Amino acid sequence: MDYFAPDRRANPSVKIGEFMITRLEVDETNKMIRQENLDVRTITLGISLLDCISDDLEKLKENIRNKICTKAARLVETGREIEGLYGIPIVNKRISVTPIALVGGAACRTPEDFAEIAIVLDECAKTVGVNFIGGYTALVSKSMTRADELLIRSIPKALASTDRVCSSVNVGSTKTGINMDAVMLMGRVIKEAAWETRTHDSMACAKLVVFCNAPDDNPFMAGAFHGVTEGDSVINVGVSGPGVVKAALEHCRDSNFEVLCETIKKTAFKITRVGQLVAQEASKRMDVPFGIVDLSLAPTPAIGDSVADILKEIGLEHPGAPGTTAALALLNDQVKKGGVMASSYVGGLSGAFIPVSEDQGMIEAVCAGALTLEKLEAMTCVCSVGLDMIAIPGDTSAATISGIIADEMAIGMINQKTTAVRLIPAVGKAVGDSVEFGGLLGYAPIMPVNRFSCERFIGRGGRIPAPVHSFKN
Amino acid sequence: MQKTIITVVGKDTVGIIAKVCTYLADNQINILDISQTIVDGFFNMMMITDTEECTKDLAKLRHELHQVGQEIGVNIHIQHEEIFEMMHRI
Repeated sequence: MDYFAPDRRANPSVKIGEFMITRLEVDETNKMIRQENLDVRTITLGISLLDCISDDLEKLKENIRNKICTKAARLVETGREIEGLYGIPIVNKRISVTPIALVGGAACRTPEDFAEIAIVLDECAKTVGVNFIGGYTALVSKSMTRADELLIRSIPKALASTDRVCSSVNVGSTKTGINMDAVMLMGRVIKEAAWETRTHDSMACAKLVVFCNAPDDNPFMAGAFHGVTEGDSVINVGVSGPGVVKAALEHCRDSNFEVLCETIKKTAFKITRVGQLVAQEASKRMDVPFGIVDLSLAPTPAIGDSVADILKEIGLEHPGAPGTTAALALLNDQVKKGGVMASSYVGGLSGAFIPVSEDQGMIEAVCAGALTLEKLEAMTCVCSVGLDMIAIPGDTSAATISGIIADEMAIGMINQKTTAVRLIPAVGKAVGDSVEFGGLLGYAPIMPVNRFSCERFIGRGGRIPAPVHSFKN
Repeated sequence: MQKTIITVVGKDTVGIIAKVCTYLADNQINILDISQTIVDGFFNMMMITDTEECTKDLAKLRHELHQVGQEIGVNIHIQHEEIFEMMHRI
């Protein structure tokens, strides 16, 4: 190595020798991109709308339009430039905004007023060319303001009358407990959203997430919003790459857990580095600060882009088989361990996503009878999000949906982690049918739900207190 | 110095290197390193190049190299070196 030292002194910009990239390394990276579906899943531009607030609805709408269309004018173009520079696909360019319940509180008197803001957001998304805009959100983990409640009640109409707006409601946190009034309301809102879009397989519900411990900097939809703790604008990047992890694990089929974990960790490191690079470059080109890299394994319905396939590669016949929770726990943990070294700022959800409709392997597991709603709930204790993109019978009652939400929120609250629920009670469909959303959202077989009632439990109203381990002061 | 990586993959034939190198020379692109092999009749080459002196941007180079590749039946990609550096060097 010393041999090269004089060269570097003579011309320090020429890095020849030990730093020179080898053909094997180039081949490895390009194989990940071209054969194993490595991509940057999303560049999400967070935009604060707090300075748009007005007590006049028309003025507010105009302010929002101006701010988003100015800030995000170059987002899609920048994404394309970076794709060309590094030869890596950047699948989605998206926007998250300040929770609209805060922005619209002064101007909106009715749910219909809020829905008008949703339409403005949708128009902005179409103007700048992003495929989703998140932030039609209310944060009500302790209690609801009047504006919060109006926004929540407007969600079905807002989602039914827009194409690209995503909505989320945070109904609980480890610090505050669970707002059971909001949980009860969300059961009804989800049913209503399903009904409003009944001719499109209840599509609106695919764009609506209920959270516990929602992160402020999540770049992934449908739960992305620009938290109030954030600056004026920020670039957050979500990387993906379940196919890459799966391919790496094919080489250690007979290895023990140590080798298995080491392989996942190294692969996660490499994937995250790409995210870090893209985030830095996007931040530089758009002159917007870099926020976080979210190192999630986010599946798509494409073949070879599946978290379920990783679980199978680890040694399960199907996800849902005994051992699934343990396999997912180690996967999630190793992804984080590899990722935290690769990026200075890791955030968002970071881990493995287990949506049903967006993952071909999960769909197969449900169809084979291996995977049930109850097992998925257990898996959410150790995955990075929650019950995601699960289609249930259209006749499921609002109280039952609230009950499922409450269970999932309790898991998040007690384990101090983010959990989420994105259920689709598909109107007119029953177990045995399926719903088709198309594109990244995929299709889903209707899963059976426990038919016993929780009506009286949900009907109590009020708030579940914060758990004892939240008192850390 | 602006280092880029050019990869060429395809069925082996006479004059692939000549064709690619001619294009690079015409565009003032300096070659720093070449590694090339044939596996099962498939040509596989990686070049580390310096595009500092080149007046065309990467998008244009990518497009033109793709066309050069099509003429001789190989796939040519050009990428900024940083992605490989980031992934494989701590």
